[in-house]
Parts: sequence; C-alpha cells; structure tokens
Amino acid sequence: MIEYKLRQRGDATSDLTRRGFLVSMAAAGATFGFPLTSRAAMNPVAADGVPVDMTGRTFEPTVWYSIDTEGQVNVNIIRAEMGQHVGTSIARILADELEVAWDDVHITHVDTDEKWGLMVTGGSWSVWQSWPVYRQAGAAGRTALIEAAAKKWGIAASDCSARNGQVTGGGKTVSYAELVSAGLSRSFTEAELKALTLKPHSELRLVGKDVTALDIATKTNGRAIYGLDAKIDGMVYGVPLLPPTRLGSSVLSIDDSDAKDVSGYLRTLQLEDPSGTVPGWVVVVGKNLMAAKKASQKIKVEWQAGETANVSEADIQNHARELIAEGRVGSILDTGVTDTGPVFESAADTFEAEYTTATVLHFQLEPVNATAFQNAEGVWEIHTGNQWQSLILPSLEKALGVEAGQVVMRTYMLGGGFGRRLNGDYSVPAALASKALGGKPLKLVLFREDDAKFDSPRSPSVQRLAMAFDAQQQVVAMEHHAAAGWPTGVMFPAFMPAGKNGEPYDPFAIDGADHWYSVGAQKVRAISNDLANRTFRPGWLRSVGPGWTYFAVESFMDEAAHKVGVDPLKFRLDHLLAEGRNAGSAPNSVGGAARQANVLKRVAELSSYGRTDLGKDSAIGIATTFGQSRSMPTWVAGAVQVHVDTATGQVDVQKLWLVVDCGTVVDPDGALAQCEGAVLWGLSMALFEGTEIENSNVRDRNLNTYTPLRMIDTPDIEIEFVDSTEAPVGLGEPGTTVVAPAIANAIFNAVGVRLRHLPMTPDTVLQALQARE
Amino acid sequence: MIKLKINGRDVSVDADADTPLLWAIRDDIGLTGTKFGCGIGMCGACTVHVGGRATRSCITPLSAVAGTSVTTIEGLDETDSHPVQKAWRELRVPQCGYCQPGQIMQAAALLKDIPNPSDDDIDAVMTGNLCRCMTYIRIRNAVHRAASANRETSSND
Repeated sequence: MIEYKLRQRGDATSDLTRRGFLVSMAAAGATFGFPLTSRAAMNPVAADGVPVDMTGRTFEPTVWYSIDTEGQVNVNIIRAEMGQHVGTSIARILADELEVAWDDVHITHVDTDEKWGLMVTGGSWSVWQSWPVYRQAGAAGRTALIEAAAKKWGIAASDCSARNGQVTGGGKTVSYAELVSAGLSRSFTEAELKALTLKPHSELRLVGKDVTALDIATKTNGRAIYGLDAKIDGMVYGVPLLPPTRLGSSVLSIDDSDAKDVSGYLRTLQLEDPSGTVPGWVVVVGKNLMAAKKASQKIKVEWQAGETANVSEADIQNHARELIAEGRVGSILDTGVTDTGPVFESAADTFEAEYTTATVLHFQLEPVNATAFQNAEGVWEIHTGNQWQSLILPSLEKALGVEAGQVVMRTYMLGGGFGRRLNGDYSVPAALASKALGGKPLKLVLFREDDAKFDSPRSPSVQRLAMAFDAQQQVVAMEHHAAAGWPTGVMFPAFMPAGKNGEPYDPFAIDGADHWYSVGAQKVRAISNDLANRTFRPGWLRSVGPGWTYFAVESFMDEAAHKVGVDPLKFRLDHLLAEGRNAGSAPNSVGGAARQANVLKRVAELSSYGRTDLGKDSAIGIATTFGQSRSMPTWVAGAVQVHVDTATGQVDVQKLWLVVDCGTVVDPDGALAQCEGAVLWGLSMALFEGTEIENSNVRDRNLNTYTPLRMIDTPDIEIEFVDSTEAPVGLGEPGTTVVAPAIANAIFNAVGVRLRHLPMTPDTVLQALQARE
Repeated sequence: MIKLKINGRDVSVDADADTPLLWAIRDDIGLTGTKFGCGIGMCGACTVHVGGRATRSCITPLSAVAGTSVTTIEGLDETDSHPVQKAWRELRVPQCGYCQPGQIMQAAALLKDIPNPSDDDIDAVMTGNLCRCMTYIRIRNAVHRAASANRETSSND
C-alpha cells in the first residue's frame, strides 16, 4: 500500500492548461491520486461526502478523471461548490467528449495536492477555463479507448466510434468497462493533444441539455456538509476577540479572571502570527462553542490600536478624490489612444460627473470558520470552505512555520462564497490556535458580528468620468478615473498586470471602465486608495470592480445621451461599432461590440423600453455591460421598470429583464439560476445594502441594521439567453453588473433626478427630489 | 440535564439551560442540518419545529424546550420525501444550500397553517428567511408546487 504523502506545491500561478496529459494504465492501487481519498476529498452527492468507490484497476487518461472496470467515471473538480453547481457543469463537458452515459458519472471535489495546480474559484472563470481542458481530457480518453478496441479487433481506429460508454466498429461492440478491465496504455504528446478532434457543436449530447445538478438533493435534507459542520474527534472550539483595527493592533494585556467560572472554558490564547495575517488576535478556547462564546464575553483585553483607528468612510472617499485630482498617480490602461488632454482642450463642449459607492459586506450566510489540527502523519489539516486555496496555503505554511506541502486543505461545501472565501485569512488563526494547543483539533467560529467586522468588504469607490464633444456634438474623447481599495494589490500583487505607463493595476478594481464603446481618445486610470488598503482588507465581492465601474459608465452614458439630446438606447448603439480594438477576436470575444449591441437591442424589445403608458413617476431604464472583463466578455443587457414614491423616496422595482450572450450554455437551468441570483444580488446592492467604515471598522454587523434583499422585495424577472455556439464564458457575476445603472437610469426617466451614489436609499432619492424643486 | 424529543427520539442534553437550542442540536446532539446564520433570529437558517411550530433555534434557550418535541430537517420526513423537499428538488431551488434547511422547515410549517397560500402569504411568511444566493423566485414557486401536490394527495385520499 502507498503511504499518505503530500507533494510539494507548485507555482501558484501555473497555467492550468499546460498540465501534461499522461495516459497510462495505472497498476492496481498504485497511482497518482490520494490513497486516503475518503479523507481528502468530497463527493456532494453522498450524505457523508465520501467519494465514490472505484472498482478494480482504474484507467486515468488524465489527472482530471478515472474510469473503473465497471465503466464508472469519477471526475476530479478543483473548483469550490458554493451554489453554482460547478461540478455538474464541468463533468458534463468531460462526459460529452468522452462519450459516456451521464448516469455513470460521479464527481469529486479534490484536496489541495500540488498536482492540481492553481486552485481558485472566482472571477466567473470556472466553466470558461475548464471548457478547453476537460474537452481535451475527454477526447484523449475517447481516443485511447477507441484505439484499444481497434487494436483488439485488428481494424483501423478510424472505422470505430464511441457512444454511451461503448466502442463500436466492424460490426462489434465493446464497453469501456471491458477495455479498462483488459488494461490499456497510451500517452499523448502536447502536440497530439492539441491535434485531437473535438466533437462539433451539433453532436454535443450533454452540453446544453437539461440536467438536475448532482449537489441538489443533499441540500434539501440537511446532509450537505459545510465547513461549520466539520467534526474531528477530540475537537475543542475557539471564538476570537478581534482587535480594534484590522492591521497594526497589538495586545497589551489579557485578563480572563472573570471567565474562570464559565463551565467548559479552557484557556485564552494570544496568537503570534509570523504570516502577519491576523495581528492582535486573541482566541478563547472552550470545550464547546457556547463555553468559548460565553467566556469570551467575560474576558478583558487591552490593545494598542493601529494607526487607522479613527479612519471613517468620508476620510477614505476624500482621500480618493485627492488621488484623482493628483493627475500623476495611478495606472493608465492600454485603451489605444490614451492622450486625451489635447482633445479635451480643443473640444467644443465637455461633460463630467462623479459617482461614488459605499462599502458593501459579503454577508455570506455561513460565517467564516475553520477547523485545524496536526494529523498522525504530522501534516496540518485545515477543514474549511475556501475559494482560493493556492493563495492562502503559503500564509498557512508561514504561520505554522512548516515547509511547503505540510499543510493540506480539505474540501467542504461553502455556505455562500461571493468572493469572501477567496481570502482564506480566517483559516490562519484556526491553525495558529491549534498549534498553540500542540496540534489538537480546534474549530474556530466567527459569530456573525465578528464575521462582518472581519470581512474583506467591497471598498468604497470614487469615480470621475468626463466626455469631450466636437462642434457637431459627436463624442471625441472620454476619461474614466477610479479610486478604491485594491483587493489584488494587498492580497496578491504579483497577479497585477502593468498599465501603459508601466504602473501595475488591479483588474478587479477597474475592469468595465475599459468598455467596448468607440469614443475616440480614451483614458482609463486606475488608482489604488492606500488609506482604504491600510484601514481594512479590500475584498473581491461578487462582480468585483464591474459591480461599481459600470454603475458609473452606464449612468454616464445615459447622462451624456441626454446632454446631446439623443435617446440613451440610440446613443449607446451609435458607439457600439465593433471596429478597431472593439471588433473582438477568437476565441473569447468573437463579434466584439456587435454582440453587446445585439443584447441591448433585444432587451429594449423585450421590455418595451420607451413605452409611455406606465403612469406617473414610473419608467424603464436600461444598461449594458460586458460582464467581468474584456478578456472574457459576457455580453449582458438589463432593463428595470421602477415606480418612485415621491413622498417617501421609496423605489419600487416592478420588473427586471436580462438578456445574456455567454456563448455556449453548458447547463441551461444552472445558467438561469446563476443569472437569477446575480440580478437580485445587483438589486440588493443597488437599493438595500451598503455600510460605512466608522473608526476603522464596518458599522453594520448583523441583520438588525444590514438589510439585504428579501423575498418580499423580489420583483418579476425575465431572463433570455442568446443562442450561440461560441466558447462559454462566465455567468456567476455578469448579471449583477447591469442592475444598479439600469435602476438609476429608470429613476431619472421616472422622476428626472440623477442618483450618483450607491446604495440609492429612500433618503437620497428624497434629497434629490427636494433639490430638483 | 434537559430532556426533550428530537425527531421522535428521546434525548437528554447536558448543557446550560441558557444554551441556544441550535447549539445543543448541532454540537451536543450532533445533527448539523440546522444552520447558524445570524444568531439573532433574523435569517431563519436555524429554523426547526417545536411542537409543530416554526421556531428560530438560535434564540430559543434549551430551558424553553424542555419536554417538548423538536423536529429538524433530518426528521421532517423519514425518506426525505416531504412535499416541500420534493418541490425543492423538482424546481432545483438550492444554490449554495446553506439556508435551505431553514427555508424548507419554514415552508412546511407555512403549508400546515395555510394550505393554499397566495404569493402575498408566501412573501409575508418566507421574507423572514434570508437567502444570500437569492433563490427567492424558486422558493416562492416551490411553495406553490408543494401546496398543489398536497391538494392532489388529499383529493386522492
């Protein structure tokens, strides 16, 4: 038998698609993969999460799956399951190329072995990135099995075909199960892999067809296992006492004398963190969670607060304005002709506006938590739900003072991700507390208020947009300056590309500003708000930068249209020209701006945009975006019908329409669910969410004052997908991005006031109405 | 030691009387289908039935349920085939799924009180249950689906 041994971790940024595809017959039991599979990975179909048992000698055509002697296929999924049914989508892609029956397909969400390469679930990337990889993997297996059958029959492989887990040729049929049982070996060079013939779109049998996702059933009976449900023998519980500032605080004294009589209280730990992830943390340990919680309420800690102790939201926003006004700071994106200065100077007319957005919480429903211990082999196990294992593992290793490969993260369901669990910072204090207890299992739980205080929220932002017109009122130049905290800048600066001026920028704090409208000279300037970065950990939050950049772009396009007296729909279409840098390119943006124009036209038809019979103070507004980035455009257009109560400022969203062109739709109902959630997330952030930094921390920490969308606020929604055979792009976030600007535009159309701040609360609507009068 | 029935089984819990029922269920009794979301009774993830009534277990002290009969998601139906569970699967309601045990327990209680709910009835009751994935449209439809399944069953009786 093989001993359980973890491999060295590779480069966290290694390219997923460069993995070698080894095709070889594995000897019984000895293979790549983990011998202790049941402990390492998770099958969301099983009530206990244990991966499917494979029978006999398995054939592993690539690292991504294996086939057993009964023809069962087990697909390895490196993505976290957080509601997107990602394992189902990816397994469908593979099974389709491999030509196996869906009933024979199982999925396993893997651990963090080095062989999986970069492990991240975010950016709406999962299906987009997996599409070429798992198709090629499936085609490799199909090819190997066809060749094995052809050899067995002494006929040409070209005379054989595969379908439904069987190869047929020369009047004979053999099952994959039989071929695997007989043993086969085959390897492909990189060049051979690239030359593999993939099925034409017309022959796809699973992709694009209806399916019930594999993870649904256990989510209806309480059997799905989330990080908070982890159970380890001998486990104790930890509850933190959080320092007054996220960074720079240190403990002066701890007094736990009042906690000594709490039944089940064990001790209080002052964490020493070599990784610098959780400075100033104190963890209260109890035999059970309530003991730790109760004791924590009786323990007095004195801290030396960090330098940002008094920083407010207004301080951060004012600093952003200063940075924008200071013309030299920031990174200039390559948007073609970026020298807008001379064009603005010689313009016949100009127009500018400032847009701001408030801090937003993730408020994923399962508060962050992690269970840590050192196992019998000496390896540190971290049991938690996480979206970017490759990012936090080096911090865990540094915190624990161990070599790469000595920490493994076990996979659990995520009780909501939304980007919160891209930053795995919450796992570090669990590991440190366990280490302080000699490696004993400890489950660290952040109660809701702590979860919110320790959130990596969406940074507040300030954006200034400007447009220049010639004497014929044609657009000749545009500028977009955006200042915010940069999640990638603080968490993973190596991930940042350089702008045209050589300065790095965080794509997740500017994407969307570099739009597909042809506007002549175009300057897009991304500015890191260093005060935000020093005060809190800016987070990636569902739809990231595009969740606020488009609020500015698409509100501004409406404002500019009104300024020159053109209908906003026509004004947009006039500038979505699919020429030059906006023409698009294969494989991801074929058609370019023409596809954006197409979804916009369609949503205008669907919503009857422009109708005048909706009654007083009611109207429809539109917006269009390209989702998450130019490199992976998901073409989206939205329309929103609102009624504004001019007495209360209440905005009643009556209906939402969404048209999406995401290329090939892999799982139609899953795609619909993602878009339903995304538009409502957008609605929630537009009207109902938002907090502010007060004394260095978020003001709202629970549902008594933080008020996300509820069922009663949920309008009718109509969603349409464009029929397409182009490469599939992301869907988790793009639907979010059109909602806020479409609402702002609808409010303007309804009552003639322009809201330039998110969230658009009844108070701000009332103020705008009063200012109008 | 506090005694109660959970999913038809007699249990004795050795915990302080002020321990929230939620944590007794999860950590002492070991049933983790009931979830922790906010701890102040405002998200509904912790919803169980106490004597058949939907109850927020995170703000219900153990002492208040001594001698009662508690049902959790694991005990709603022996074969996980309660009409609400079936409707949830048929309409593929869950995304991340974390709030869904609470949603399902709340919906099951709702249908006992109001067998034929209107959209407004559903909104009024279910609005207390937060779904961060925002599956609200499917939840609303699934409650209707479960209600009509119940009607068919009773008309066949």
